[in-house]
Amino acid sequence: MITFDRVSVQYEDTAAPVLRDVDLTVDEGELCLVVGHTGVGKSTLLGAVNGLVPHFTGGTLYGRVTVDGRDTAEHPPRELADVVGVVGQDPLDGFVTDTVEEELAYAMEQLAVPPATMRKRVEETLDLLGLADLRHRALHELSGGQQQRVAIGSVLTAHPRVLVLDEPTSALDPTAAEEVLAAVTRLVHDLGVTVLLAEHRLERVVQYADRVIHLPGDGLVVCGPPAEVFRTSSIAPPIVELGRAAGWDPLPLSIRDARRAAKGVRERLARTTPPPVRPSAPQERPRLLRARGVTVSYRGVPAVREVGLDLHAGEITALMGRNGSGKSSLLWALQGSGPRTAGAVTVASPADGSQHDPGKLPAARARELVGLVPQTPIDLLYLETVKHELDQADAESAPGPGGPSARAILDRLAPGIPDATHPRDLSEGQKLALVLAIQLAAAPQVLLLDEPTRGLDYRAKSNLIRIVDDLAAEGRAVVISTHDVEFVARAAERVVVMAEGDVVADGPTAEVIVASPVFAPQTAKILAPLPYLTVDQVTAALPDSGTAS
Amino acid sequence: MSRSTVTAKPPAPGLVPDTRGRRLPRTLHPVAWWIWALALATAVSRTNNPLLLFLVLAVLGYVISMRRTEAPWARGFAYYLYLALTVVAIRVVFRAVFATGITPRDHFLFSLPHIPTPDWYAGIQLGGPVSLEALLSAATDGLRLACMLCCVGAANTLANPKRALRVLPGALYELGVAVTVSISVAPQLVQSVQRVRRARRLRAGRHKGLRALRGIVVPVLEDALERSLRLAAAMDSRGYGRAGTATRRSRRMTGALMLLGMCGLCAGAYGLLDATAPQLLGLPALAAGAALCVAGLRLGGRRVTRTTYRADPWLFPEWAVAGCGVLSAALLFSGAGFDAAELNPSIYPLSWPTLPPVPAAAILLAGAAGFLAPPPTASRVPAQRTEETT
Repeated sequence: MITFDRVSVQYEDTAAPVLRDVDLTVDEGELCLVVGHTGVGKSTLLGAVNGLVPHFTGGTLYGRVTVDGRDTAEHPPRELADVVGVVGQDPLDGFVTDTVEEELAYAMEQLAVPPATMRKRVEETLDLLGLADLRHRALHELSGGQQQRVAIGSVLTAHPRVLVLDEPTSALDPTAAEEVLAAVTRLVHDLGVTVLLAEHRLERVVQYADRVIHLPGDGLVVCGPPAEVFRTSSIAPPIVELGRAAGWDPLPLSIRDARRAAKGVRERLARTTPPPVRPSAPQERPRLLRARGVTVSYRGVPAVREVGLDLHAGEITALMGRNGSGKSSLLWALQGSGPRTAGAVTVASPADGSQHDPGKLPAARARELVGLVPQTPIDLLYLETVKHELDQADAESAPGPGGPSARAILDRLAPGIPDATHPRDLSEGQKLALVLAIQLAAAPQVLLLDEPTRGLDYRAKSNLIRIVDDLAAEGRAVVISTHDVEFVARAAERVVVMAEGDVVADGPTAEVIVASPVFAPQTAKILAPLPYLTVDQVTAALPDSGTAS
Repeated sequence: MSRSTVTAKPPAPGLVPDTRGRRLPRTLHPVAWWIWALALATAVSRTNNPLLLFLVLAVLGYVISMRRTEAPWARGFAYYLYLALTVVAIRVVFRAVFATGITPRDHFLFSLPHIPTPDWYAGIQLGGPVSLEALLSAATDGLRLACMLCCVGAANTLANPKRALRVLPGALYELGVAVTVSISVAPQLVQSVQRVRRARRLRAGRHKGLRALRGIVVPVLEDALERSLRLAAAMDSRGYGRAGTATRRSRRMTGALMLLGMCGLCAGAYGLLDATAPQLLGLPALAAGAALCVAGLRLGGRRVTRTTYRADPWLFPEWAVAGCGVLSAALLFSGAGFDAAELNPSIYPLSWPTLPPVPAAAILLAGAAGFLAPPPTASRVPAQRTEETT
């Protein structure tokens, strides 16, 4: 169905080619997973399938890409619209019309499908993706999962033979992501659509894949069945890491298979007590932030309802919950920059220990008490180079004589970012580090991160965990709002779960997330009822790992 | 989570026939509403008779209350009414302040303080006595303008503006897409500005001055640019602009035809509405302009291969609605069966205007659209957000 014949892609502004001599064949009806770190060319590979690379992005493509017998050199993306459907990361970016039904019909209108056929296909697609009762709704009022399903439906109506999905679930909460992936797998199984899927959070999709295309980062491509590719790949979901550590063969990819394979491991582990996930924190933990009865409403609609929260020095707290459950509103209210309808927030000043309400202080003083990194960190950046941004941060925060400069902080968080780089050219992880450095220049003791894991790959997430650990070790309180359960399992010691503006759970990570069917990490699901959360815990408890079977 | 598909569900409230069960609710073709409203506006332009003008407003009110939907654009008529009131008020106030056209036999109501103007400004008088006649004539003038405004407002209220754009001929399709995209992008831009402004506080950035502006404008523009690139890529991969191969010559030809046609239309409209213009400028120019435009659009549309999803049909109700509007305008223009002076009653001497029966009947005829059009589909959007059932 898709053939790459000695394909190399070279952009003008990079020295090395992004893809080198890629030979690849994807057969009809396969679900093919594309994995690799950020910036190794996943998007280039996917874009080459429908000719966006190089017709739209520029650059030079050597070799031949054929889809359903059509050469992308002779067919620009619009001429391939009836063969390849493309769905991007953020569904809202691709919407051309504003209601569900019209969006579904858009591609067909462009392809000049007769009206009667269009009508029929729209109805079929509405049923196929479970969108029938949303048909007249405006696109912007749908939830993220619904929007992404509409985006998939809107390319499906053209009856493409190939579906290309570039990180379709990266902006979604776990439930919405499940909903989208369930729809995708149904398409593969029921309609025989060939699917090419790139995804950071492999734990969600690895069990559905027929084949894995791994981009190790040197422009080459490794392709094969998942159980084989993951045996050696540099990037792997927890289930695979656990399988490797325990030496299971064949490598299980679904929770069900892994649980069956893990019987022996569970018996051995039952006799030991699980080692702690994170190094134990110092006993004395002064309270840094105290919030009582915090309420946020927008035009009378409450987003946060009378939430009480204490944050202690050296504590890393994960804030979880559906999209729209009030996580962001709470963080902004705690920082003092967002609206707060009622309630009190007091933060201990690091200088003299006096209590202040950051909402009543001027912005410059508030950020010395509580730092917040917003969901889109790039909103804070507006200068041309990294150096300008850092200098500006130093000027804005004016730290005491002993305070480190923003540059020094950045070098500690993410070494090796050159001064002259434009902030927009940084990777997601680097942007996050830059904004973090800017906020840390004011030396706040409480740090709030709003969905920092969005768009980060495994390596960047591990980096973030290291950074956050360091910050906690310095005696700061860190709150991270996130949907990523695997990240929470490794990074946080306390989890607060919100729903409809209320705090519905607050406690140690192990207690809160192990019991939950939605939030439990893979390791916990495989080893339940044993309270293990991460692969590292298991390897520590199994010194002779590899002999178990 | 897979959702169980609803197999049998009661018909949505909007899809059941109206109470008497004779006609299926559907939306009328937007062009029919526009023809109806513009014809009525043209009719209004002929008369100065306040009774007729109030009759027009009553007819508009009736039709709108009968046939408007629950959509956001359908709630806008009240704003047009406010705008109309403002127009009348401004006209009256200006007439009072710039006291012009006063004859000695007028009924004087009160006097504003007279402000002396310099010699080189002698033509205009500020302040002075205000007469009932001046105010009345200003008010009726304003009322006429207000009525025309309300006609346009009615069209906007009754016809879905997006569907109106969809009926644009193929050659203007790109224009329609650009408008639709910008309508949907505008709220995103506002959101983006709000987000960045809020984020500025996190850095304790300045709130005023050029630097603050830069801190907001740069991220917002970068965001908008990236977003528009992604939208362009998405549209490209969904087949937008397929097989659009117009030759240079045909493009130029289309442009020239359209430009000439537009000139003709403008001249024709001017000639038709201004009674003092030469006869040649009226209908002939209009017809020639229309013909040129049609030719241009045909030529431009030939290269476009595209179909329309659920195109609005043009059936009997469309003919009826457009027809009753045009008929009422034609009756007022023909001058048959009534004295043309009755359309523009004189206020010298002051007298109560009469209601000429034929024009009144013509305007009432336009009101027939209220029941000739099919009933609108009731709101199909449930009031509460449907929750995901998993």
